[in-house]
Amino acid sequence: MSGFLRSREALLTLVVLALLGLIAGRFPAFVAPGNLAGVFNDTAPLLILALGQTVVILTRCIDLSVAANLALTGMVCAMLNAAAPDVPLAAILALAVAMGAVMGAINGLLVWTLAIPPIVVTLGTMTIYRGLIFVISGGEWVNSHQMGASFTGFPRAVLLGLPVMSWIALAILAGFFLFVARTPLGRAFYAVGGNPHAAVYAGLNVGRTQFWAFVVSGALAGLTGYLWVARYAVAYVDIAAGFELEVVAACVIGGIAIAGGAGTILGTLLGALFLGILKNALPVIGVSPFWQMAISGAAIVVAIAFNSRSALGRGRIILKRAEGAA
Amino acid sequence: MADAGTPVLSLKDVTKTFPGVTALDAVSLDLYPGQVTALVGENGAGKSTIVKVLTGIYRPDGGEILLDGAPVRFASAQDATAAGITAIHQETVLFDELTVAENIFIGHAPRTRLGLIDWPAIRARAAEILDRIDAPLDPMTPLRELGIASKHLVAIARALSVDARVVVMDEPTAALSRKEIEELYELVERLRGEGRAILFISHKFDEIFRIADRYTVFRDGQFVGAGRIADVTEDQLVTMMVGRSVDQIFPDRDKAPGAAVLRVTGYSHPTEFDDISFTLRRGEILSFYGLVGAGRSEVMQALFGITKPSAGTVEIEGRARTIRSPSDAISAGVVYVPEDRGRQGAIIGLPIFQNVSLPSLGRTSRSGFLRLAEEFALARDYTKRLDLRAASLDQDVGTLSGGNQQKVVIAKWLATKPAVIILDEPTKGIDIGSKAAVHAFMADLAAEGLAVIMVSSEIPEVLGMSDRVIVMREGRQVAELEGAALTPEALVRHAAGIGAEKAA
Repeated sequence: MSGFLRSREALLTLVVLALLGLIAGRFPAFVAPGNLAGVFNDTAPLLILALGQTVVILTRCIDLSVAANLALTGMVCAMLNAAAPDVPLAAILALAVAMGAVMGAINGLLVWTLAIPPIVVTLGTMTIYRGLIFVISGGEWVNSHQMGASFTGFPRAVLLGLPVMSWIALAILAGFFLFVARTPLGRAFYAVGGNPHAAVYAGLNVGRTQFWAFVVSGALAGLTGYLWVARYAVAYVDIAAGFELEVVAACVIGGIAIAGGAGTILGTLLGALFLGILKNALPVIGVSPFWQMAISGAAIVVAIAFNSRSALGRGRIILKRAEGAA
Repeated sequence: MADAGTPVLSLKDVTKTFPGVTALDAVSLDLYPGQVTALVGENGAGKSTIVKVLTGIYRPDGGEILLDGAPVRFASAQDATAAGITAIHQETVLFDELTVAENIFIGHAPRTRLGLIDWPAIRARAAEILDRIDAPLDPMTPLRELGIASKHLVAIARALSVDARVVVMDEPTAALSRKEIEELYELVERLRGEGRAILFISHKFDEIFRIADRYTVFRDGQFVGAGRIADVTEDQLVTMMVGRSVDQIFPDRDKAPGAAVLRVTGYSHPTEFDDISFTLRRGEILSFYGLVGAGRSEVMQALFGITKPSAGTVEIEGRARTIRSPSDAISAGVVYVPEDRGRQGAIIGLPIFQNVSLPSLGRTSRSGFLRLAEEFALARDYTKRLDLRAASLDQDVGTLSGGNQQKVVIAKWLATKPAVIILDEPTKGIDIGSKAAVHAFMADLAAEGLAVIMVSSEIPEVLGMSDRVIVMREGRQVAELEGAALTPEALVRHAAGIGAEKAA
């Protein structure tokens, strides 16, 4: 366990706890269990998307289209519910996941078969997906009175003290611990990102691995699209605008190396929690929105500086006595 | 061309060592004005190290560099350029997105009085220099639109723009067509006529005798001999290059190859190699020898499914196989340990056991889930066989030394239980002790019945380890040597193409 104590995750846990302590000092009600559960529920969309983004970044890619994917899927779900209230919720959930996965697959195929840099691909599809929302909705909003009660009620329904949305996020989190640590594809994400050349020689298909990372990220974005629209009971062109950057930030703060191949699911969880707590606590203790953004931004810079510092510290292992120590 | 006069540039007893390797051991080299000196030597003789010393990229650990008889010290590449020494590399170091004129003057562009770049002057002077070397190039053409030969001309123009007194050409003809080579020769002659000293590094004997006035031979980082080309024959040069006291000891092997494991017939690639055919038997070590760029690694990469051959068949253990990807090759029982083990071998960041199990995950997982205990057991078995020194198999492979990382990489391949193992330059860049360990290990593999292919450019290793040797030159298989026919002279002759015209 001494490995964990010196790890980045331990440090992040301390930072998150210190942050909570600091807030509790000025506003004790914030750390009441009920409020913390609310904060977690608010952070659930960020956490789900950050988990998808994590596997994408692990393979040396980036998915900037997640927020647009979320908004388009959310709009489609909302319009479907408004137009055909009889379609069962299970079908809408399946549609959301499938639609998101297809949009992720488009990203993945462009990266895999045409070898276009992922940042360019997803910048392009981000704009296309966002534009499609306008095309299908004509810029109109879908409001709560147009949505069915079961459609909007599902993520908010409380089960064993937590809303369904929180349970979904927790289930995905548990699935990711298993998926990333215990499946050949999960291992391939690390191998492909850590050293793509070596991965090729080990018989892995780098492009196909990246494709699957995009599909996972897209599917989760699609699912979150439904959850988002249902929870806030509104769908319009600009929902979750700019959210992709917050998602990438959660990964980076959580220690997912932007150069690929390094980082843990626990780190992503902590990164998302850190941002979620910050976002919820700052208005409570009366910090202006400008400072909220500046503080989030500073956290990203500090995290990146920390990442590159820890990479710098290690030199090549030449001395025999240094071997195995790092 | 009687006596050469005094050298412009002399290296005296220059030594350069790297950890575990002496790249240059008190070598000397003289370059005379108006003369072309050919630097000749096998791979690993120290040719590229000397280029880096001459151009200020490496600083020698001992000895001195004399410019016009006075000792100089190059602290950087700029110092060497300022002293009038410039190099034209095998793969030119130029900027594709800039124009010809910008490439010629980058770093020393003429300025206006305001300190801005003087574009009219750049254009005019570039045109003038290109004209002087009869290069039919527009100074304003972007470099990316030019072919390799034209890029060489730009590199030469760049050398002239700083008024280089010493021009180093590192295998300049490696990528040129016959016609382009002739044009390059004319240019070299013109530079010689202008009184510049030229160091011409080449493996090709025909061009050494065509263009050089003098020669210098290095072997294993040591000076062997120098003199005038007119006083030496091809045979004498070959003897100087390879003649050595074999001080390495190779393991004794019981050479009794078994049944054929791999049969390759008419294997061809559109641009890399043509009509390669060979049979490999169980327990055999088959070497591929040739100059760098002869296409040996390319054949192996195609066999491993990295690149696609255009024709030919591969039979593994009697079954015709189509290998489309490395995973096909691995499941067919062929594994490839690449030359660049840093880049293509270990995955830093993953623990040792995960590195070892990576190509074998199909075997160590069940119903889609990895079984870490199986992975650990696999890694423990194979790293133990290779005597890996590590505190725990759970530690990051990046915390191991280079030698131990290499063991992890080899363990990874052996864990796939291959029938054929291809080792590309298995001892390149490692010290003598580790070399002996790798050789002993190869002998063990062959004794256990594995079929081994070794790609090597080191003659002693090829002679000491192989049952048979296939020599490749310019993408073709030019000889298969075995038994008494397997001599160092034969290897060098076939690889360099000496007497090939006569034989063909």
